[in-house]
Amino acid sequence: MSIATNAAGVEFRNVTRRYGQAVAVNDVSFSIRAGDLVTLLGPSGCGKTTTLRMIAGLEMASSGTILIGGKDMTRLPATDRNVTMVFQSYALFPHMTVAENVAYGLVVGGMRKAEAAEKAAAGLDLVGLSRYGQRLPSELSGGQQQRVAVARALVLEPEVLLFDEPLSNLDAKLRRKMRDDIRDLQQKLGLTSVYVTHDQEEALAVSDRIIVMNRSVIAQIGTPTDLYRRPRDRFVADFIGGANLIEAELIGRADGVATVRVGHAVLPVPDADVAADLPLGGVLLAVRPNAIRLRAEVGTGNGVPVTVRKATYLGSHMEYGLTSALGDLFAIDTNVVNPVPAGTTVTARFADDGVMVVPR
Amino acid sequence: MRHSSALWVVLGWVGFALLPWFSSAATQLSVNPPGAGLAGSALIDGLANGRWWLVPLLVPLTAGVGAVALPRHHPLHPWLLLVGGAVGLLWTVVQGFAIGLNGWSWSGLAALFGPLPQGQGAFGLGAALTMTAFLFQTTSGFAGLGCMKGDRFTAGAIGLVLLSIALFVFLPVGFVLSSAGDGGAGGFSPLALWTRLTAPDIWRLNCLYESRSCGVVWNSVFLATMTGLLTTLLGLAFALVAVRTGFRAKGLLRMLTVLPIITPPFVISLAVILLFGRTGTVTLALADWFGIPPSRWIYGLPGVLLTQTLAFTPIAFLVMIGVVQGIGPSLEEAAQTLRASLWVTFRTVTWPMMRPGVANAFLIGFIESLADFGNPLILGGNYDVLSTKIYFAVVGAQNDPGRAAALGIILLGLCLGAFWLQRRWLGTKSYATVSGKGDNGVPPALPTGVRVAAFATAIPWAVFTFILYGMVLFGGFTENWGRNNSLTLRHYRNAFDLTWGEHGLIWAGRAWDSLFTTIQVAGLSAPLTAAVGLMTAYLLVRQRFAGQGAFEFFTMLSFAIPGTVIGVSYILAFNQPPVELTGTMAILILCIVFRNMPVSIRAGVAAMSQIDRSLDESSLTLGAGNLQTIRRVILPLLRPAIVASLVYSFVRAITSISAVIFLVSPQHELATAYIVGRVEQGDFGLAIAYSSALIVLMGAVIALIQLVVGERRIGRRTTDRLALQEKPV
Repeated sequence: MSIATNAAGVEFRNVTRRYGQAVAVNDVSFSIRAGDLVTLLGPSGCGKTTTLRMIAGLEMASSGTILIGGKDMTRLPATDRNVTMVFQSYALFPHMTVAENVAYGLVVGGMRKAEAAEKAAAGLDLVGLSRYGQRLPSELSGGQQQRVAVARALVLEPEVLLFDEPLSNLDAKLRRKMRDDIRDLQQKLGLTSVYVTHDQEEALAVSDRIIVMNRSVIAQIGTPTDLYRRPRDRFVADFIGGANLIEAELIGRADGVATVRVGHAVLPVPDADVAADLPLGGVLLAVRPNAIRLRAEVGTGNGVPVTVRKATYLGSHMEYGLTSALGDLFAIDTNVVNPVPAGTTVTARFADDGVMVVPR
Repeated sequence: MRHSSALWVVLGWVGFALLPWFSSAATQLSVNPPGAGLAGSALIDGLANGRWWLVPLLVPLTAGVGAVALPRHHPLHPWLLLVGGAVGLLWTVVQGFAIGLNGWSWSGLAALFGPLPQGQGAFGLGAALTMTAFLFQTTSGFAGLGCMKGDRFTAGAIGLVLLSIALFVFLPVGFVLSSAGDGGAGGFSPLALWTRLTAPDIWRLNCLYESRSCGVVWNSVFLATMTGLLTTLLGLAFALVAVRTGFRAKGLLRMLTVLPIITPPFVISLAVILLFGRTGTVTLALADWFGIPPSRWIYGLPGVLLTQTLAFTPIAFLVMIGVVQGIGPSLEEAAQTLRASLWVTFRTVTWPMMRPGVANAFLIGFIESLADFGNPLILGGNYDVLSTKIYFAVVGAQNDPGRAAALGIILLGLCLGAFWLQRRWLGTKSYATVSGKGDNGVPPALPTGVRVAAFATAIPWAVFTFILYGMVLFGGFTENWGRNNSLTLRHYRNAFDLTWGEHGLIWAGRAWDSLFTTIQVAGLSAPLTAAVGLMTAYLLVRQRFAGQGAFEFFTMLSFAIPGTVIGVSYILAFNQPPVELTGTMAILILCIVFRNMPVSIRAGVAAMSQIDRSLDESSLTLGAGNLQTIRRVILPLLRPAIVASLVYSFVRAITSISAVIFLVSPQHELATAYIVGRVEQGDFGLAIAYSSALIVLMGAVIALIQLVVGERRIGRRTTDRLALQEKPV
């Protein structure tokens, strides 16, 4: 018996969720294509988990419409939706064996015992745990429990598979492996998956598309490259990849290249989709830490004179805290052989790649 | 889910048209008209026997049918169910209370509508079923309108719990209030209420300036304050010894905490009489050695204070253990690294953190003492307290329910006041530092002075307690304690004799009847208590709905209602139509269920809070409904808590006295009431033999269950000992 796929799309239309006076999710609209893995990313309290739970049916929208597979599911409770979820705590039933856990959804759904057991075995096989069926969850390691939770959610052949910060209880090394495994499985089965995390690196690694949320609303939706290269506002620029935000002035644009004045320097900023919509005038320049190059020579060309306040050796790279006329800057340099010592004054140049214009 | 509302509609009709509407209690026969049709259902009775007020129920019943006939998502469907059910329920209740055995219950109604040709009896099977059906129709309607996330099960459960609490807690208490103001002519008179509430023998203060006794309120409050203080001090001493010293026999101290559960409350009094009564061991010894003449000093304040302190110290001990354990050792270690000495650490860190817990223990002792009935009854002598006054106002020569009710109101007010204070205190001043994470660290030793004081208080008291229990167990084997100490099995034979007659085994002992009734009542009430308690706990912990705070408050409020008040209120409320239960076993069971329910709720809440909510949610996302989730996930995980809850309900049903003593009848006599009766007759031998048999039986039950449950845990802490052992007062 194999696990089939019923992937379906998800659509939110103007969905709001209120708790009394507080608004957890405010007028959110998006759509997720069938077969995509989409990540809800944002700082804690931004509404991403509430959004996920509304897809599951564990929270009810206060207003708006939720469609799954083109059908209106807004008022349907979790029980009646074909959506399963992998919980942050895994939520394995401690009084059932691994096999019973995986078969649970099938059994309560009315499948015959033998058939359910067979299908559960197929599910466990899929996550590489076929030999562990008779154990109790407490006898498995964290990573194995995680796989059981995934298998349990998969065997129901859900239209949408939800992940609520699934890796947050694992150590760093295992996290990387599980992240790849989840992505492989999702692509192999063509599942529609929604994945919640606050870890931007994890989001960039696994997602087809990312929905960045902040303060109950969607900040930006896009592919990982989109979000990293073309952030729409200062929040996204800073939250994904980190950025030095510098006050600047947009003084002209032509052929997809914007001209920006920063202090005394004038910079061309390429690929400025966002900047194309901006009126001339005050903007913010978002500079990735690794786009700042430190040069020993002082006072030439478009460079900005900076003083190294702090230099930290991290093995693969150096981290610098810089003081300049533009404010404090944060830079990363892979040159660990000849680091710039703290206290010296050097020139910082901005590489073409990694500098963006966002609205103020 | 649609067929479930259809089912309730059908059951509503069954109760209305097919089953006997009135109960067949004795009072019913006198009003039953001749020739009632098919078992006297409401439909037949209303149409054929002139009880026209039953006929309008057809309207809400038809509304239910209309709702079910409508298509599933028709907007009128929930409204019809809701309005139909609510109107039906309301009409049934209103007509039930408005029309009694002899027509209108209130003369005002008769004047308004003219006299009725006949009255009606108490609700029977049909009425109960129809009302239940109306209730669930209403809740289905609510759920259909989107309340409780549209979940019919939750809505129904809330409705059920609310209605039962209203019927079996608040309605009786309401009867107490109204009958305290009974002006004699059946009407409510504020003047009568005022007169009763301010009677001089309740409030007078003349013990302060002449040698007469004070008002009963002052007696009660003084006794309760003293008991609260003493039990708190002793409990603190015990807790410090048990938690903060290297004392070896901690197991023995722990045993102390089990004793109040398995001991009927008045047993301590019996033991104290064996020691200090006129023929008590100590009294006789003193007379022999020092020529002190035996006297009856123990009957009165000293005796009651002594027994209450003995009886309630274990409860204070339990509370204080929680408090002392709750202080994270790291705080005290921090104080010590900041150069505080042992004594300074205790004074500036440990003690201030314990203070709210100490206040809590005091209030619990205060409430327990106020509500205690058995000890003052046996040892009170001329020292009247509220609970015994209430009892004698009902059963004694006075037979004045109005006075009993007035005293009940005062007692209730005192208990609720203390309960309110306790809640407030706990709510705002709790410093409990125990979190999910273990707090590593070793608690520092106690300062020498404190340690000596704790040992010097706790050890003698513990020894004293164990001696008393020893006396009880031994006393049943002596011929006549103090006068003739020869050993005999006479009392046990008297109580538990078995003979072999020509028709087989004959339960010839005098105690068998009450013992069997007791076990039956306890056995029936335990599962009900556990079920109601766990369902309420589930609603409180696992569901979110509007008005949840009020819901929790009402369920816990019954915790603070003293047993004597409950007893009186049940008599007042349930000895007449529409709900007539006095003299039945049902009233005993109901009373015990609703008195023990809060304990069961606490235990359920404690256990359920430890089951992560994501387990339910994952079950829901996997396609299981609420009921399936409860059955397959929550209940299996709660199994240890359920077993414990069952056992404690069972044991407590057997040992309770204060409420049930009002409700027992010759056919349904309970063990505790029987023993108290023996004591009042002066038959100490049998009473003591029976008590010790009960104690041993209960102890065995608890030990057995702890053995069984203890081994079936699945690696998580299950029930809160404290929650289980707190008693309703």
